[in-house]
Amino acid sequence: MSSVLFDAPGPKARARYRILGVVTALVIIAIVGFVVLRFAQSGQFDAKKWQLFTFPLVQQTIIQSVGATLSAFATAAVFSLVLGVFLAFGRLSDRKWISLPCYGFTELFRAIPLLILMMIFYYGLPPLGVQGITPFTAVVSGLVLYNGSVLAEVFRAGIESLPRGQSEAGYAIGLPKSAVMTNILLPQAVRSMLPVIISQLVVILKDTALGFIVTYNEILFQAKYFGSQAQYGSPIIPSAIIAGVLYVGMCLILAGIAKWLEGRMRRNVKVVKVTKSEIVAIEG
Amino acid sequence: MNTLLNNSDLFITGFRNTLILFFISGFFALILGTVVATLRVSPIPAMRAAATLYINVVRNTPLTLVLFFFALGYPKLGLVEIDFMTAATIGLSLYTATYVAEAVRSGINTVPVGQAEAARAIGLPFTQTLTLVILPQAFRAVIPPMFSVFIALLKNTTVAAGFSVFEAGAIRSNLSERGEPAMAGLLWIALVFVLLVFILSFVQRKLEKKWKVAR
Repeated sequence: MSSVLFDAPGPKARARYRILGVVTALVIIAIVGFVVLRFAQSGQFDAKKWQLFTFPLVQQTIIQSVGATLSAFATAAVFSLVLGVFLAFGRLSDRKWISLPCYGFTELFRAIPLLILMMIFYYGLPPLGVQGITPFTAVVSGLVLYNGSVLAEVFRAGIESLPRGQSEAGYAIGLPKSAVMTNILLPQAVRSMLPVIISQLVVILKDTALGFIVTYNEILFQAKYFGSQAQYGSPIIPSAIIAGVLYVGMCLILAGIAKWLEGRMRRNVKVVKVTKSEIVAIEG
Repeated sequence: MNTLLNNSDLFITGFRNTLILFFISGFFALILGTVVATLRVSPIPAMRAAATLYINVVRNTPLTLVLFFFALGYPKLGLVEIDFMTAATIGLSLYTATYVAEAVRSGINTVPVGQAEAARAIGLPFTQTLTLVILPQAFRAVIPPMFSVFIALLKNTTVAAGFSVFEAGAIRSNLSERGEPAMAGLLWIALVFVLLVFILSFVQRKLEKKWKVAR
């Protein structure tokens, strides 16, 4: 698309582009250089500030906090997918008394900020006598309610975007609605919505960082703890850098898995189609 | 009800700051995002690469970490001093701009190819093709995704509560200092957010209807 927006450059334009390209590069180098220089001048790269992170015990704690982030992410991802499927089915139900509450549920939990949800679980419930609320359960239940509602909309959009012939064919061979949904519509909807679903999973992974505010022991929480160790020169920027690298790395890995999975699924569709037509041929 | 009425001062200042954060960061995010989207489709590879790098890095970083850096890390650099509110505004703008940029870019992609071709045929250079022909149409097409970006921004302002900004997310800790029940306060906050989101979606529908005909 982008090539539509401008003509193929002639000799003059090419020279101009080259100059502008160099200027852009210089500006970016200047910005990055300024930041790095500022870091260096304010002593962020001093060995003293990084010394803390050379201790095996500290490294172990960081790995544990990565584990805490990942376990919150994995639990929340699984439960939100399940909740999303149920809510989507509920919204598509023919019975008003099922579809209306599901509609209200998704709209409500998409409108409340995730942090407020987590706070409701963490600070709101225990005074009312609810036992066993840990930061982990607060973070996970907040994530599940919010992302489950978002994923419900995604699944619903995916199911509604399918050609009507799909469900009609299902009914024609005598399947009940539940079977049409689970066996015919859902698998196709998931396949076509996979990019959106994966980007929502990346959102879940990023939002686990909110656990920092409700004292869940994840990466950022540890980063702040290490960053405030005065005897090592309060290395808050080094620990922010480490946390940043960890998050960007994990998100990119997730995105990479998504791409791989998408390619695989695309490939499988063809295989499934071939076998299906073969089955039809055999049975016919 | 009593929790709300007896502490209306907290709620009013809290939500006023939330709205200030929302409007200022929304304004800057819209400008920065449009600029980044323009860079992303520009003919110069270095600009495209820079914009792509910015979007990919910031989109894969949690907002909490961005605010963490600006609120706690930045003061250590010994630059111009900023208060927590400004730090939160900068962080929210930089973070939201990447989402605005992606929305604008998808809008640019929905404009029919003939429009850009016609613009080029009458001799418009890239900047004019984009600003006079493509972007006005692109903005109309992306009202729904753009508004979901802004709704997300409104909800994201609560994260600033974790970094010493007194806004809606911080009402709870102030309420608990006064010995009020946490749940009632939190439910009121949630209700106000539901209302604000409702208003935003109402504006979205209005704008969609208003600008739909023009195309």
